Amino acid sequence: MHALTGTVITGVPFSANPIDDLQQLLQFEFMRNAFVAGTAAAVAAGVVGYFVVLRSLSFAAHALTQIGFAGATGALAAGVNPIYGLLLINSAGAALIGGLGRRRRGRDVVVGVVQSAGLGLGLLFLALYRAHEAVPVLVGDAFGISATQVLITVLCSVAIVFAVALAFRPLLFASLDEEIAEARGVHIGLVSVLLLFVLAVTVSVDAPIIGVLLTFSLVVGPAATAALVSPRPGRAVALSVALSVLYIWVGLAVSYWVDFPPSVFVTGLAFSGYLAARAWRGGERRSGHA
Amino acid sequence: MTDGASPVLAIANSFSWNPVADWQALTGQAYMRDALLAGTIAAAVCGVIGYFVVMRGLTFAADALTHIGFTGASGAVLLGLSPVAGLLALTMATAVGIGALQQRMRGRDVVTGMILVEALGLGVLFLRLSSGYSNQTYALLFGNILALSVRDLVVLGVAGAVALLAIAAVFRPLLFASLDEEVAESRGVPVRRLGIGFVVIVAIAAAAATQVVGALLAVILIVAPAASAQRLTHRPLLGIALSVIIALLATWCGIAIAFWQPYPVSFFITSLAAVVWGVTRLLTARRFGSVTLHHAHAHAH
Repeated sequence: MHALTGTVITGVPFSANPIDDLQQLLQFEFMRNAFVAGTAAAVAAGVVGYFVVLRSLSFAAHALTQIGFAGATGALAAGVNPIYGLLLINSAGAALIGGLGRRRRGRDVVVGVVQSAGLGLGLLFLALYRAHEAVPVLVGDAFGISATQVLITVLCSVAIVFAVALAFRPLLFASLDEEIAEARGVHIGLVSVLLLFVLAVTVSVDAPIIGVLLTFSLVVGPAATAALVSPRPGRAVALSVALSVLYIWVGLAVSYWVDFPPSVFVTGLAFSGYLAARAWRGGERRSGHA
Repeated sequence: MTDGASPVLAIANSFSWNPVADWQALTGQAYMRDALLAGTIAAAVCGVIGYFVVMRGLTFAADALTHIGFTGASGAVLLGLSPVAGLLALTMATAVGIGALQQRMRGRDVVTGMILVEALGLGVLFLRLSSGYSNQTYALLFGNILALSVRDLVVLGVAGAVALLAIAAVFRPLLFASLDEEVAESRGVPVRRLGIGFVVIVAIAAAAATQVVGALLAVILIVAPAASAQRLTHRPLLGIALSVIIALLATWCGIAIAFWQPYPVSFFITSLAAVVWGVTRLLTARRFGSVTLHHAHAHAH
């Protein structure tokens, strides 16, 4: 809640000396926790986001982040760490979307209904819990990350990157040309379900930091930008990770001095980066034709 | 929730098994009559427009528009304007953009996604700038149908009537273009303009649904009744009628249950819509094993 109430932030002067500023930034444990967890979560979002963009799963990613609201508020109502609720409900959402939305046609309806039903459930949990806790869940609570949560976030992120690295080639193949990949023996259904579950874990670790409303921007923003800039998968993934880590760092640093949730800056950066990449691509294409 | 954040929690009326007495209790208060009226308008608008949204695969666009409504409303609050006006203005402006982009890049959901990203970020920023996070946040995000003003009702009624008239005016070409875009185009239907115009109409449905269940939950009122109806019948007019009936039932029953239960009305409305959709899917699972609605329609024409 610090970033929201401003209790910690006010009275910290910003100096022009970057080393002083960095020291100041990292002197508090809550800031170090935010940076470590934020970095790990950003790496996961950057890697998984690339495949979300490639496989046109933006809507599913959006739905999975938002149903996390039910997980987080349900966990609060039950008195456990929100991240467990997030992991549970997002995995259930991934299973529902994967199971009911096997056919392309009508899949968007499945995603939309699952999303709204999840959010409605979250609203019920909130009423049961009778608390003001909705705001940190919605916009994140980067400066309230506990040491346990840092550990969970880092472990999950390592597992996510490991899983994607293992399945990198079939995942990429299936994303680029589903039919040829299937003909060559790639199990498309398995790949899709795996990606949805990895996505569910990713948004679960990102949501406590930048909120269920805005996690989507970190999953899709850097990856969409990277996919525009480079057609080569390896480079695009690397760029996507670099951008998402950069956005989180800038967001956390700025919100230390300015009393706004980091997620607002992350979202702004993600959108500006995407627009810049589009403009750059547009310019390149025009000069290429000339 | 903070005190008075939602009037829903304060209500715990006692339910009797006498339907007449219950009906009188339900409609005895002005705010309940307003809520039922608003729910009726929104259900009619969403039921009709949602039918085409589902057919055209525009669920994500509709969802993005509801979220953009949140940005518009919170921006209007920041400027001291009417939230409903801001909601309608921004959703309709964005609808033109989404409509135009959708035509050019079919299947590129990233574009819709990125518009959504910025809309949500700005919405949170506006809220933070205006009031911190107030009761209004909850009303915008999760609906506040039990506390609508007369002005909200009038705006909702006028916008809903305009949207329904617009659909009635282009009904046949819109249906044709939604069933088979290529054939419709070759027969001289202005598919592109129709597509953009339709997304603007979806913006009105998004605004109406937002008034009832809030920006975060609104999409279900647009797509769940319509998707259920499409699984039950292939006939367009019957389907639209069914879609409206399901939307009306979910809204009315949701409001009524929330009148007797101390839990949020939006939860009941969305859950009822989701349950109807889930049950319809189960009931029609076998019939939809191989044949999709699209194919069935294509054969019928």
